[in-house]
Amino acid sequence: MLQVRIHGRGGQGVVTTSELLALACFVEGRHAQAFPSFGSERTGAPVASFVRIDDRPVRSHDPVSAPDAVLVQDPTLLRGGDVLAGLSPSGVLVVNLRGELSPEVRTAVGPDVRVLTVEASETALRLIGRDVPGPALLGALAAATGVVGVDALVAAVRERFTGRVADANADAVLETYSATLASAPEGGRHAPTG
Amino acid sequence: MLRQVEGSLAVAETVARCRPQVISAYPISPQTHVVEHLSRLARTGELDHCAYLTVESEFAALSSLVGASAAGSRSYTATSSQGLLFMAEAVFNAAGLGLPIVMTVANRAVGAPINIWNDQGDSIAMRDAGWIQLYAADNQAAADLHVVAFRVAEELSVPVMVCMDGFVLTHAFEEVDVPDQHQVDAVLPPFRPRQLLDPAAPVSIGAMVGPEAYTEVRYLADHALRRALEVLPAAADEIGAVLGRPVPSLVQAHGCRGAGTVVVVMGSVLGTLSEVVDERVARGVRVGALGITCFRPFPASAVRAALCDADEVIVLERSLAAGEDGPLTADVARALAGTRARVRTVVAGLGGRPVTGTALHGLLDRAEGGRLGARTFLDLDRTVIDRELRRSAAQEVAP
Repeated sequence: MLQVRIHGRGGQGVVTTSELLALACFVEGRHAQAFPSFGSERTGAPVASFVRIDDRPVRSHDPVSAPDAVLVQDPTLLRGGDVLAGLSPSGVLVVNLRGELSPEVRTAVGPDVRVLTVEASETALRLIGRDVPGPALLGALAAATGVVGVDALVAAVRERFTGRVADANADAVLETYSATLASAPEGGRHAPTG
Repeated sequence: MLRQVEGSLAVAETVARCRPQVISAYPISPQTHVVEHLSRLARTGELDHCAYLTVESEFAALSSLVGASAAGSRSYTATSSQGLLFMAEAVFNAAGLGLPIVMTVANRAVGAPINIWNDQGDSIAMRDAGWIQLYAADNQAAADLHVVAFRVAEELSVPVMVCMDGFVLTHAFEEVDVPDQHQVDAVLPPFRPRQLLDPAAPVSIGAMVGPEAYTEVRYLADHALRRALEVLPAAADEIGAVLGRPVPSLVQAHGCRGAGTVVVVMGSVLGTLSEVVDERVARGVRVGALGITCFRPFPASAVRAALCDADEVIVLERSLAAGEDGPLTADVARALAGTRARVRTVVAGLGGRPVTGTALHGLLDRAEGGRLGARTFLDLDRTVIDRELRRSAAQEVAP
């Protein structure tokens, strides 16, 4: 079982990101579940969504409290402690951020957590025209960990969206996937954690 | 075909394939996605020969279906929480008149305090209304149970509520094999109403009944409801054979054979609990899980049979019965009367507090260590309770 938690703000497509990841795993013939942290969502309010991926049907319906990977769509959420809660000491943190994590956050994350910073908002604004960083973050996650294949991610995007929106989202996945592979060439060969 | 789909959409598509002729609904979280999707299917013509009524309230939603069903139409609605309470008068009327309406309840806590999150206090409040109540443990069951619901409702002329945990199931994006049109058509014949408002053959439905016959009318309604205990398993078996998978009907036992301790639940906690049970069984602990699918009528014999090996029965209540241990506890205890089993109550997951695997492990640790009382609240913040009790005690002192 591999567990992922995605943090962001209402309007940033957090739930869609989690559903794309689950759908991609389903496309690959695995079992997956995505569900939001339920609330009266409002634009700008902190939102979390969860994904479970397994080789057998997923039965649990409780929130993911010990994720193997955390995706952060808005880096300002790292100022609170909740985003990192329960993250596996050998887990993966993918942050939508230009530049590096602040030293305080890097220390809080723990030495053995793999950290990827991705300019996902820039990519999304340029390719999709909206600040929906999820597809780019998923591309980076796929490249860095191999938890899901990039072809499956693109297939999920094309099942979810149509026309130019599908093309733009697929481009965001592929561009970040390639860039992440280029910057961390060993990444794609990593076995899934957990 | 297996698809990765939101629970609400899987239910809406299944309902559409049951060919409802009138849908009347008023939106309320977390039911909204179900009726939104059905209205989309009705608008695009994918769901045809169906009148989709948008009404001003939940009371109107169900009241209009009382009329629609009495006029011979297969009728459907969905609601949650305050919406269900607002339609309460019509809920009792639909059952009393023997109208086979099917309603999805996306379970949500009731106010006050206002809360949009999941527990089962809403449908439990309608426990004695005379509807068959089915609780889905996952989204596959939520979809399949709607086919069962229409079939059994019309066979018995009794309305059916299909209850699914709000958000936890309605908003979960999971793999579901939505029954296809051919499969549903094979198990759900066109609606033949037992009684019909027809200008060509006028009758009254819903006339006043005085003391001379009210008791008999109520007796017969209860009799029809109880027949579900035989009709439901037969229908679920037949539908399951067509769908190619087991469809739950009365109870779902998970590892109850030989289990000294069994946790009894309704709804989606069964999945998380089954994981917890399997982990403990792998360590050699004799523990099991029992999911109650049919809460009304209560399947006492099936519960008693499933719990025949249990010394300790822990009933997880997803609603609060003020002044009493809990509605499910009372039913389970009555079913086990005369056996050696001790029945304990754990109130859990009120107002959306997650029932986590960690908390369930902790609960079973306490039970195995003999440290579980007769009535426990899972994950209760004792400091808040003690502070407030001290404060109210201080206010009560001096007259």
